[in-house]
Amino acid sequence: MSTMAAVIIGVLVAGAVYSLLQRSIVRIVVGIVLLSQAVNLTVFSAAGLKEATPPVIADGARTLADGAADPLPQALVLTAIVIGFGLVAFTLALTTRTYQELGDDDIEKFNRTDT
Amino acid sequence: MNANLTLLPLLVPFAAALAGLAWPDRLGWQRGCGIAGGALTFLAAAVLLRGVGQDGYLVTHVGGWQAPVGIVVVADGLSALMVLVCSLMVLAVAVYSVRDVDADRQRAHYYPLLMLLTMGVNGAFLTGDLFNLYVWFEVMLMASFVLLSLGGEKPQLEGAFKYVTINLLASAIFLGAAGLLYAKTGTLNMADLSRILARSPDAAMINTTSMLFLVAFGLKAGMFPLFFWLPASYHTPPPAVSAIFAGLLTKVGVYALVRAFTLFFNHGADDAQTLLIWLAGLTMVTGVLGAASQFEIRKILSFHIVSQIGYMLMGLALMTQAALAGTVFYLIHHIVVKTNLFLIAGIIEKRKGTGDLARIGGLYLAAPYLALLFLIPALSLGGIPPLSGFWAKFALIRASLSGGFYWLAGTALAVGLLTLYSMTKIWAEAFWKAQPEPAPAAPATGTAVMAAPAIVLAVLTLYLGFFGQPVFALAERAAEQLLNPQGYISAVLGSGPGGQAP
Repeated sequence: MSTMAAVIIGVLVAGAVYSLLQRSIVRIVVGIVLLSQAVNLTVFSAAGLKEATPPVIADGARTLADGAADPLPQALVLTAIVIGFGLVAFTLALTTRTYQELGDDDIEKFNRTDT
Repeated sequence: MNANLTLLPLLVPFAAALAGLAWPDRLGWQRGCGIAGGALTFLAAAVLLRGVGQDGYLVTHVGGWQAPVGIVVVADGLSALMVLVCSLMVLAVAVYSVRDVDADRQRAHYYPLLMLLTMGVNGAFLTGDLFNLYVWFEVMLMASFVLLSLGGEKPQLEGAFKYVTINLLASAIFLGAAGLLYAKTGTLNMADLSRILARSPDAAMINTTSMLFLVAFGLKAGMFPLFFWLPASYHTPPPAVSAIFAGLLTKVGVYALVRAFTLFFNHGADDAQTLLIWLAGLTMVTGVLGAASQFEIRKILSFHIVSQIGYMLMGLALMTQAALAGTVFYLIHHIVVKTNLFLIAGIIEKRKGTGDLARIGGLYLAAPYLALLFLIPALSLGGIPPLSGFWAKFALIRASLSGGFYWLAGTALAVGLLTLYSMTKIWAEAFWKAQPEPAPAAPATGTAVMAAPAIVLAVLTLYLGFFGQPVFALAERAAEQLLNPQGYISAVLGSGPGGQAP
């Protein structure tokens, strides 16, 4: 299971790098989205992808039983997904506005503020 | 001492932001919220510094969950100093913005965004949890994205797109590194991480993740070779926004590097030290050379941010108490001076309509007070005694000499000279030279509101230079705490030396 996750993460990162290196600003945004998904999956796999019981403390017990799943990475990844969603929404709005104002989606032509 | 003081520098700007959102159309209310928010945050930070001075560490276990299970908010010497200086910059910029930022931007939630930025920055300084640090980074970034693109002028959008892309990349690397570290250690609490990594035999894992953190934080700090986004974007928004970015944002990256490499990546990381020394030297040199080739005030100053980051990294790389004290003092000095230089650049642009040195001149005749005002932070940046920059550089260079790094000390001195060259270039072109024809149309008047915060910061620079001993003592104390993470660990995890296993 971990191997499969690793392969998926690898493919996602490869796609992200490829898209980030494109000249069209929309493809760059796609690259950012892919990269954030790859990272989310990395965090999700951090607890180890294995069969486990739900992390619920049984009645009367004080601690989790052995073999319970680690719930923390799921909480982390949920937070990261929400943050990533907001950021992508903003980036898409920025991209649209940039395209409207500058009339071009080629990052190579965005050189007026360069030094 | 009430440990909940640590939450005040977060809650006050948040409350001010919410209050500001209530009536976006009333300019007076907006400005009032911004300035009052800045002033109250500064007060809260001062109380926090006093508390840290008494107790050494102030720790809040959020929600009553004990560390390392819950999130902790920790104030030590470095955090408290950074929060105090940054809050003062926010107050100065809030006053300055009344005149510098146009009414449309102010109606478009400029002040609430400034307050949210403050909350994000303070949160990053105060948190003791790695994932929480990521969340504060995002709060800060989101506010900075909108502040940078607010107004939607063409150069702003170009700069903002590059800034957003590179920062999202850095965030992704940071989050991935945090995930990997959690996978290996099972904790995100920084004090707990320090304890576990000290015992960990897995050097490969520690080195890999520490390099990921170095890249992620280095991107945000503007470290060589990851700084190209900075001079491409920092000169595009209104000067007030440039000033607060220049003062605060890259310094959060430097702070995160200092925290990570003193608290939990501090064991047997000699390779990282060597790498950091090289990066520090290269950051200094490339930044200052980039500045020398520029001919517009804010572009010159942007490149100097990069070069100054090198000095701070230099203290971190040397990792002695004297060097770290130098870094902390340099951070304070740099935040004050760099914010002030951007504020003054804004006044010049307001009066002349442009910051292009080829098209302006004659300011010494027209506004001698402005010339004097520029000279203080400019000479301080160049390291002229007895201004604050001299003492900051002196501490760092002495530390590198006593560590045997003569070439690094030589580089730092040479970079200081080149910094002075850039400052004299601005001085000669903008102030001494006669105004070239044709003169820019209709110079703006009424820049007194903008000058007031700049004067206060210039006086602070003088104070740090002439009477800086108490501040330097605080910096030394912060450095002592950084070099002895055991104090931090026992303050956070409670119980005896080493803390108890969870």
